Amino acid sequence: MRRDKLAWAQLVSEAEAKGMALFDYLLERNAVQMEMDKDSVFRKMEDMLQVMEDAVAFGLTGVRSNSGLTGGSAKKLKDYTASAEHKKQGLLGPVVGSAVIYALAAAEANAAMGRIVAAPTAGASGILPGVLMSLQEHCNVPRKKLVEGLVIAGVIGEVIADRASIAGATGGCQAECGSGAAMAAGAAVYVLGGNGRQIDDAISIVFKNMLGLVCDPVAGLVEVPCIKRNAGSVVQSILAAEMALAGIGSFIPADEAIDAMDKVGRALPQGLRETAEGGLAVTPTAKAWTENYFKGIRG
Amino acid sequence: MNLFDIVGPVMIGPSSSHTAGACRLGLLSAGILGGCPRKAEILLHGSFAHTYKGHGTDRALLAGLMGWKPDDARIPQALELAREAGIEYSFKPGDLGTMAHPNSVLFNLIGEDGGTCRVIGASIGGGQIKVTNIDGFPVELTGVLPALCVTHRDQPGAIAVVSTYLAHKQINIASMRVFREGKGGIATMVIECDQAVPPELVKHMEEFGVVHQVRFVDKVL
Repeated sequence: MRRDKLAWAQLVSEAEAKGMALFDYLLERNAVQMEMDKDSVFRKMEDMLQVMEDAVAFGLTGVRSNSGLTGGSAKKLKDYTASAEHKKQGLLGPVVGSAVIYALAAAEANAAMGRIVAAPTAGASGILPGVLMSLQEHCNVPRKKLVEGLVIAGVIGEVIADRASIAGATGGCQAECGSGAAMAAGAAVYVLGGNGRQIDDAISIVFKNMLGLVCDPVAGLVEVPCIKRNAGSVVQSILAAEMALAGIGSFIPADEAIDAMDKVGRALPQGLRETAEGGLAVTPTAKAWTENYFKGIRG
Repeated sequence: MNLFDIVGPVMIGPSSSHTAGACRLGLLSAGILGGCPRKAEILLHGSFAHTYKGHGTDRALLAGLMGWKPDDARIPQALELAREAGIEYSFKPGDLGTMAHPNSVLFNLIGEDGGTCRVIGASIGGGQIKVTNIDGFPVELTGVLPALCVTHRDQPGAIAVVSTYLAHKQINIASMRVFREGKGGIATMVIECDQAVPPELVKHMEEFGVVHQVRFVDKVL
């Protein structure tokens, strides 16, 4: 018998029916599923957070990718943010500003063969570290709470993977960066004291703003536009979390927004799903660079 | 997918298919050979051929052959460290045909003990892999569970001999598939087990009349 697909709303109401706090219920549910005890799940998730923090630190040193196409932007933005010029006319506030810097750092660490957590994928691995580390720095969120937030994020990702996909080759960038942003938005709402219903709203708001985003990597590398999309995704993530925390509901429930993302992903032409045969990947500049790059490899 | 498939795995970037999956293909191929190779000729097909330098696919494949896991921080230095370890290796782009997955690789390996194997595999997305051919015989091996690859004569009772033996040794079969090129020729059983199969059992199975060769390949995920 085919089991029902995972649904965020269902998980929230199951927790309520059992009279359990949402986090406790989700932790227990996953521990049972993975045949691990709850402490081990928590400790393993804490290890994930540590790898994320290390990746950000590595990225902030200004690393460049093997191909030479990208690198150094996290450090550049960090230096600019600290400058007198930025103090006068800086556009991003502290929370979004730091989140963008850290997201760029982790994404650039990934492109430079650093050690990262694929969350949900390597290409979208900057979003969760970006959002969570900024909240830790600016909103006094204790580390334990961040780890709990990662568990919440992971469960949101499970729902997305079950109902739709987290692979760019299947659903485009909306499935990778979109899912990463939805996971991070849910985690942000949770660590700042929001409830399951508000997490639902935040997930839905993210997909409203990221639906249809295509996967079009130049030369097929996880660099252009992936790194900057990680930066853009944290902005969407924080925006959705803030709106949800303000009590702005989303007309479309999260599970239905995820289903919509799945349908849009299937409707995307093959050329816009990680094949490097559409979008930015086939612009004249990208094509010229790619041709040169392949020539270099083939000697 | 479980929680740590979503928040995880920990891996060396930049690509789950071209880096982490490539490392696992190396690991699985070394497992098929029965150890780290002394010599490795590696042919890259499709997207692997085009983007391997930018994705570190070459380093990841070699890292896997040396037994390193996808989160090993030494992967970026794998080319240098393999050379220092005296491994003779080469990479070249090639064509494995229109039916091959775009992220495919062919390994021609020679082991320390002189044993050889020829393995074709693909990285099929999200770090998942599939080996589709060993020494010219079609198989399907994913590295998710420990597995036995048993080449044998295609004749009645061959499967029963092997499965009865495993039952007797308390090895539980999780899945089993038989691949053959033609009736009555050489066939390969790929038997995924719930636990590792000790070397003495592998050796014993090779003594069965219908069996030509048995390889135990441990899981890599």
